[in-house]
Amino acid sequence: MHPIRKKRLTIILFLLAGLAIAVGLTTYALRQNINLFYDPTQIASGEAPLDARIRAGGMVKQGSVVRSDQDLTVEFEVTDFVSSVTVRYTGILPDLFDEGQGVVAMGRLHPDGVFVADQVLAKHDENYMPPEVSDALEKAEASGARAPAMNQ
Amino acid sequence: MAFDSISAFIVMGGHGPYVWTCYAVFVLALLGLGVWSRRQRNTVLRTQKRQMDLEQNGRVTDKPAPASFTRIHPS
Amino acid sequence: MWQFIRQLFHKFGSPKWFYGIASKMMPWLLAIGLILLLAGLVWGLAFAPAERLQGNSYRIIFIHVPSAFLAQSIYIMMAVAAVVTLVWRMKLADLFVRAVAPVGAVLTFLALFTGAVWGKPTWGTWWVWDARLTSMLILLFLYFGVIVLMSAIADEKSSARGVAVLVLVGVVNIPIIKYSVEWWNTLHQPATFKLTEKPSMAPEMWVPLLFAVLGLYLLFGWLACLRMQTEILKRERRTRWVRDLAAAGGN
Repeated sequence: MHPIRKKRLTIILFLLAGLAIAVGLTTYALRQNINLFYDPTQIASGEAPLDARIRAGGMVKQGSVVRSDQDLTVEFEVTDFVSSVTVRYTGILPDLFDEGQGVVAMGRLHPDGVFVADQVLAKHDENYMPPEVSDALEKAEASGARAPAMNQ
Repeated sequence: MAFDSISAFIVMGGHGPYVWTCYAVFVLALLGLGVWSRRQRNTVLRTQKRQMDLEQNGRVTDKPAPASFTRIHPS
Repeated sequence: MWQFIRQLFHKFGSPKWFYGIASKMMPWLLAIGLILLLAGLVWGLAFAPAERLQGNSYRIIFIHVPSAFLAQSIYIMMAVAAVVTLVWRMKLADLFVRAVAPVGAVLTFLALFTGAVWGKPTWGTWWVWDARLTSMLILLFLYFGVIVLMSAIADEKSSARGVAVLVLVGVVNIPIIKYSVEWWNTLHQPATFKLTEKPSMAPEMWVPLLFAVLGLYLLFGWLACLRMQTEILKRERRTRWVRDLAAAGGN
């Protein structure tokens, strides 16, 4: 390669590397702001602020959904399989909301540890399958096989 | 076919408006891009031809250059 | 092999040569691209099975994923062209960036739009400021920036360099888009397709998706050839061969 071109290429590569490091450090420093939500472990360890509107996200624990008979209030536990947090919400839930599905709830963490949400969003995982396949998987699961884990 | 009838296909189990809006916008945007890009190229050619006709009538004198691109020698 | 690549690279310095090659490839790119894309979309819309949780709304994936995929690929190609512009001063590379930036902007818009429309029934919201969605929005603004900058500087050489630098600065956003779903908590789910693992999607869903992606890729190739021809004609309008071409009515 021509020496001038080699020099230009080196300069460009150095500048790009510098830029990448700068952006990398910035995003690393801001990672908590970039995270859309706190997971239950962070909430349990007190990382989430008490007096601010925050988002909590994780999976709805199997068998934890309790619906009120009077209004649309629903209570459920959000878990990341290490800790879990109780979420209380009054309103219409998205279609995809179900036990074992991912959710992101927006609201405030009360001092008693209950997360009172004013918005609940459903989180879909990266697995796409037709109903028959998931039925077959559930049958396999019932006969002892491990369920496919949902990662966030 | 994953649907029992044409109407089921259009309704899409209640998700019809969402799905069809997306597909309509997608097709329109791509069609628009294609038509617009073709028209741009033809316009350039037509403008050039008109320019040359004017030159032949002796109204504009613009000498053609051999090439505006210089050769490069990658090494 | 290396010799052949160098010769090819050398030839790319000649816009006239590229114009001819592009004319030869375009009918094929258009025809095969359209067939693949249409096959993928019809298959995805009417014949692929419904999804177990999302039902039919997931069918938006057959346009959302190809658009998002192309939006990022085009930017990467533009970044490669920008390096070539800056190091080798090859004008065809600059013409490529100019020709495809609007296409990239449209595809990024489509990815964002279809994502928003899909998000409403699935997540329960059109938009959240999570890392994936925000970095995609930044990509759209980068495309806008490139488009504005390339028309803002009149001088060909400084315009080419300015645009190339902006494209290169913006390329750090691409890994952020790609890995945002792994590095941070996002509402957007992680990638379904990974290079090393088999897709976490049923084959009767990912095969039509693959068709749509390939088809859109070829259609992009057609658009890129067409738009580069336009740019070449503009730049080379004073040369003999373009004048002959114009006189013959463009054929």
